[in-house]
Amino acid sequence: MPRADAPARRTAASRVFGDRTAILFLLLPTLLVYVALKVVPVAWSLGLSLFEGNALRGMEFVGLDNFATFFTDDAALHALVISVVFAVVATVCQVTLGYLLALLYVFVLRRGSAFVRTAVFFPMVLPTVAVALLFRSLVGVGDNQGPVNDVINLFGGESVEFLVSTAGTMAVAVAMTLWSSMGFYAVLMYTGLLDIPEEVIESARLDGASGFRLVRHIVVPLSLPILLSSVIFSLNATLKVFDSLLALNNGGPGTSTAPLTLYMYRTAFEYAEYGYGSTIAVVLTLLCLVFTLAVFRSSSKRVED
Amino acid sequence: MTTRRTRPFAVASTALVAIALTAGCAGGGGGQAGGGAGSDPDTFTVLTPNENETLEAQLTALSENQCKAENEALPLEHQKVAQADVVQKVTLLASQGALPAHFVAGTDMVRPDGDLGASDRVLDYEELLTEAGVWDDVLPAAASTVEGAYGQMVSLPYQYNLEGIWYNTAIFDELGLEEPQTFDELLAAAGEVKDAGYQPFAQAGAAGWPLTRLMGMYIFREVGPDAMEKIRDGEAELTDEPYVAGATALADMAADGLFGDGFNSLEPDAATAAFLSGRAAMTYDGTWLLGNINDPAQNEIGAENVGFMPFPAVEGGAGTADQWAANAGAAMALDPAQAGPKVKDWIACIAENYGQQALQDAGVLSGFKVNGEVTDVPETTAAVQEKLEGVDETVLWFEALLDAKSNSLASTNVSLLTTGQMTPEQYMTELQASVDAAR
Repeated sequence: MPRADAPARRTAASRVFGDRTAILFLLLPTLLVYVALKVVPVAWSLGLSLFEGNALRGMEFVGLDNFATFFTDDAALHALVISVVFAVVATVCQVTLGYLLALLYVFVLRRGSAFVRTAVFFPMVLPTVAVALLFRSLVGVGDNQGPVNDVINLFGGESVEFLVSTAGTMAVAVAMTLWSSMGFYAVLMYTGLLDIPEEVIESARLDGASGFRLVRHIVVPLSLPILLSSVIFSLNATLKVFDSLLALNNGGPGTSTAPLTLYMYRTAFEYAEYGYGSTIAVVLTLLCLVFTLAVFRSSSKRVED
Repeated sequence: MTTRRTRPFAVASTALVAIALTAGCAGGGGGQAGGGAGSDPDTFTVLTPNENETLEAQLTALSENQCKAENEALPLEHQKVAQADVVQKVTLLASQGALPAHFVAGTDMVRPDGDLGASDRVLDYEELLTEAGVWDDVLPAAASTVEGAYGQMVSLPYQYNLEGIWYNTAIFDELGLEEPQTFDELLAAAGEVKDAGYQPFAQAGAAGWPLTRLMGMYIFREVGPDAMEKIRDGEAELTDEPYVAGATALADMAADGLFGDGFNSLEPDAATAAFLSGRAAMTYDGTWLLGNINDPAQNEIGAENVGFMPFPAVEGGAGTADQWAANAGAAMALDPAQAGPKVKDWIACIAENYGQQALQDAGVLSGFKVNGEVTDVPETTAAVQEKLEGVDETVLWFEALLDAKSNSLASTNVSLLTTGQMTPEQYMTELQASVDAAR
């Protein structure tokens, strides 16, 4: 039945999409909203980054001075490193775990995966701040000792104060991010895996491919586009990490786990230096762009193949 | 096809960027000139921090009683802001000419060289209150604390807090300890307390300042009451020996386990609970703790077992123990442009009546004279009030004169200092670099 309708629908569609006015008419509302909410603030921020001061003190044009300051500002460079390290570690872990979960859903649990999928996805809907407070309590020590240290004590170890060290805080932050978002990536890639035709997998099996070889040579190449999208999603989300690190340990100990976003917020809103704050925002935008382009470039060829 | 389709968008977005840039440039110079004779607004709008519920409640109470006439002439209206958003909100409101008449502001903003101070957008209360004949209602010590912290009389002392060491007299009696007079005696007492199985100090490391205050007080006792003014004026550096000694003293206290386990993630409420439940023998905190101490539901050790002493002297230091640390709450400024006759009447009425109202109703010690009788003052509050009246010289807190960024750095880095991830020298070097950068 649907097949008979298809050509007619296609002609109708091509008639509409071939008409420039129609395209413009359909796109215009969304485009206007996009421009007003995304492009204008980015452009505004770019403009502000050439100034120094705030709305009260007045703005003074300083050209590219703010950018020069950025690259000699130890705190800013440290924040940049934190952002990048967090993004790379979190992305590698959450995409890998998400992919493994997706494989588990498709090849092991099959139709019975609905419950596990929901359970693993569930933390995604919790507010980040609530999750951060939860993890804070989990790793607590002293009067409010959390279960993690209880377990360590059970095995004879001494309580560890995770949140007083940079490495400890980052480890908790990554664990927290994984817990709350790997379910999302698993579902995303699960839908990708479902798109792989059953026949292809069947014929590969007949040719003798199984287990790791099947995944390595058939499943991964065929799900590469969705894998790539996941990497880009993940990088962009984790490069802009803010609330979790703020709520977990306020960017501490000291400012050692403060990412660029937190440094930007403090600079603009706590220290009232809007110009320099905007400069940090611009650097962050460029960083996201560079990462996205790099991921695209490095694998666009393979995807097209 | 692709190029033809993208070109209009490219042109459009370039145009938008250009427009936004011009708009961005134009938006910068906003704001109106302050100062001069003000004219009354339609309401007496007061912006207070969410965290300070007492202030809102007490002003409302005044509007219904002692300041009823003023309230009828110019009705009181409240606006709230989270303490953490004060600088951001006030900056934006001021730049749009939309400041409330009476508002909370960032410490840095109201100083003579601050964003509001430099453009005369904060009024000096001394002139106003003298004109109204009620300047005597501001306690001289509170006025000097306000002037010390903000460089001018641009805040009303709705609170007047002393800071010192609250201690559990029952534990001290049990161990036969006297009130320590020197820092070494304090450490010795803390050692005995620890050996007896109590936690010596309950300090909320999560907030930062409960730790930096100890370091700051050591420095004030070692260098003298003008220790931080010397830093501000560039006459001394935080990397100088006596300043580093303060950081070393704090780091040593932490290393000796005087703050208990997990103090770096301890929240202020939990620290208060540790002291009031009798687990910890001492806590360095302000007189705002009286509210908790006077509340039998929170105070398990009994108000009669709570003692209050100043941070002791450091042997050979230039400061003395009777130079109490004091503060007058967050800056509550007045917009000169709105200081018309009715607003002035309101302020005068507050100065005359707030002291009695707040003490009677909330047990809060303010920097205003208590006019009229106050009944049923709890014993501890009365004792602190007595101490307050006897104070001749006060010192500010460690971060008081630092710029906003250095202030924040001082309290965030202190967890690195107290866990040995930063040496006292590194801590002070980094802080001094931040102070220098803000000059």
